Amino acid sequence: MGILILNSIFQPGLVHFLTVSAILFSLGLMAVLSKRNVIMVLMGVELMLNAANINLLAFSRFTGLGLDGHMIALFVVIMAAAEAAVALAIVLNVYNRFKTINLDEISQLRG
Amino acid sequence: MAEQTLQSIGLYLPEITLVLALTVIILADLLAERFRNAGGWILLTGLVVAGFFTFRQFGASESIFFDMAAVDTYGAYFKSMILLAAGFVTVFSLRSAELKAYASRVGEYYMLLAGMVLGMLMMVGSTNVLLIYLAFEVTSLSSYVLTGFTKKSPRSTEASMKYIIYGSVSSAVMIYGISLLVGFTGATGIYEINAALSGGIASDQLLLVNLAVLMIVVGMGFKVAVVPFHFWAPDVYEGAPFPVTSILAVGSKIAAFGLLTRFFVITFTTATDGGGAAGWSVVDGIRWDLLLGAMAALAMIVGNLTALRQTNIKRMLAYSSIAHAGYLLMGLVVLTGQGLAAMMFYLFVYLFMNLGAFYVAMLFSNATGAETLADYRGLGHRAPLQAVSLTIFLVALTGLPPTGGFVAKLFLFGAAISAGWIWLVIIAGITTIISLFYYIRVVRVMYFEKPDEGAEPLRFSADTRVVLLLLLIPTLALGLYFSPLMDLSRAAVAIFGF
Repeated sequence: MGILILNSIFQPGLVHFLTVSAILFSLGLMAVLSKRNVIMVLMGVELMLNAANINLLAFSRFTGLGLDGHMIALFVVIMAAAEAAVALAIVLNVYNRFKTINLDEISQLRG
Repeated sequence: MAEQTLQSIGLYLPEITLVLALTVIILADLLAERFRNAGGWILLTGLVVAGFFTFRQFGASESIFFDMAAVDTYGAYFKSMILLAAGFVTVFSLRSAELKAYASRVGEYYMLLAGMVLGMLMMVGSTNVLLIYLAFEVTSLSSYVLTGFTKKSPRSTEASMKYIIYGSVSSAVMIYGISLLVGFTGATGIYEINAALSGGIASDQLLLVNLAVLMIVVGMGFKVAVVPFHFWAPDVYEGAPFPVTSILAVGSKIAAFGLLTRFFVITFTTATDGGGAAGWSVVDGIRWDLLLGAMAALAMIVGNLTALRQTNIKRMLAYSSIAHAGYLLMGLVVLTGQGLAAMMFYLFVYLFMNLGAFYVAMLFSNATGAETLADYRGLGHRAPLQAVSLTIFLVALTGLPPTGGFVAKLFLFGAAISAGWIWLVIIAGITTIISLFYYIRVVRVMYFEKPDEGAEPLRFSADTRVVLLLLLIPTLALGLYFSPLMDLSRAAVAIFGF
């Protein structure tokens, strides 16, 4: 009985999902802006991409968007994987060249 | 359904050709180990065939793959420019000294280049946000790797790392914006989104829709390297090998402007009132024309002023290309048929003059390792033809007659004046004069400073001279004979209802 009441009060709607995704996006952006380690920055990017996915799926579920949202979300997942693969390869190469992955210490190009 | 798919395939042949070229390059790389440059020639053949198919798309007006992409004169115009740029860059790559050191892996290079061109072709044709995002990412992912292709060079490595970080963040911001836009309008095609936006946005959603459009501006602004999203450009242009810098500065910018213009004009403006500032009122709240106009003005100011104090030639050209992005953006800001056509004309001239400048810089770098301005001392005496060509390209970039650069700037400024953007044209005019200083400085160093004692005249093979002339002739010819191209640009923007 109690569970039923809780369910009806906390029935998640579109706004809840959008709020969660906005928080996730902000956390990701904060990681990108504040972290100096390349891997942490890339993790921030993943959070931002997944925030977009939550948005798309929530819109699919609660509005008339239909399967289009699911499609875009699927492709975003694929792109995130491809991007991570490329990014990690580049980070590996950076480590081989500079022996560090701290963004502040890798700055030969200036002007 | 099957019928439409088949018909769509027939209209998607340029892209399909590039996919085939990409596959053949991989196979050739596995099989023909002794003939390393096979990839380059295969890509060149693919580009020519794709160019042939693109040429047949002029005058078409079709929507293909269930409204995912459009085939029209506008798209064909941009595709021709991209293929032309890619062709030149492939020729540059075959001659690049930087890539010679990686001869055993150069097949991968051409494969990635083919992928990048494929993404750029898709960018200018897509009319659906999903395809727009995909094309955007295909182009970006290839260019990240290409930037870091010379992986033994620390500068190239650093450039690719900076590029992928800036790039992935801005594309993540863009897809978040797209997710909001798609959610609130309930559509993924750009025409349907426009219809939903024109139908009126609920006032409680207005803030989020504005935010969504702003986020999309961030993503696209990054790709065209316009201030304030330009930070990556100087570092990436300086670190990347010359051919990659050329395709990023020219091909990528052309494709991004093709996408930006189609997407913004169709999605966020009304075509009914024939253009002008009133067309931007589809999404209320922010004055989009003022925002984009301010970005253009900032790009011109920051790009040209920062270029003044650069000593590295690639870095100087990078800041100059940021400034050019500002000039080009003017065409979109004024939102008239004249303005958009002038922007397309400018892009076509920009292709030749900028590729030319990069090509001569690459030849000098191949021959002497020159990259800074000090290395250019006396090159006017050691390599007369190349130095004269570079002078002409730089004069064209400044926008002086009798070059195509002058005509392009004239059309663009004229369009902005007749649309009433006087302050923007004044800024553009002043920054053009400023740009004269740093372009001419290169010429001065080449001619009026003596070469080092005992410096030999530089020798270049005959084929580099042919390529140079192929770039030089259009730069000059477009300054004298430009009406057919201008007519074509005017015909191309007809899809927007202007």
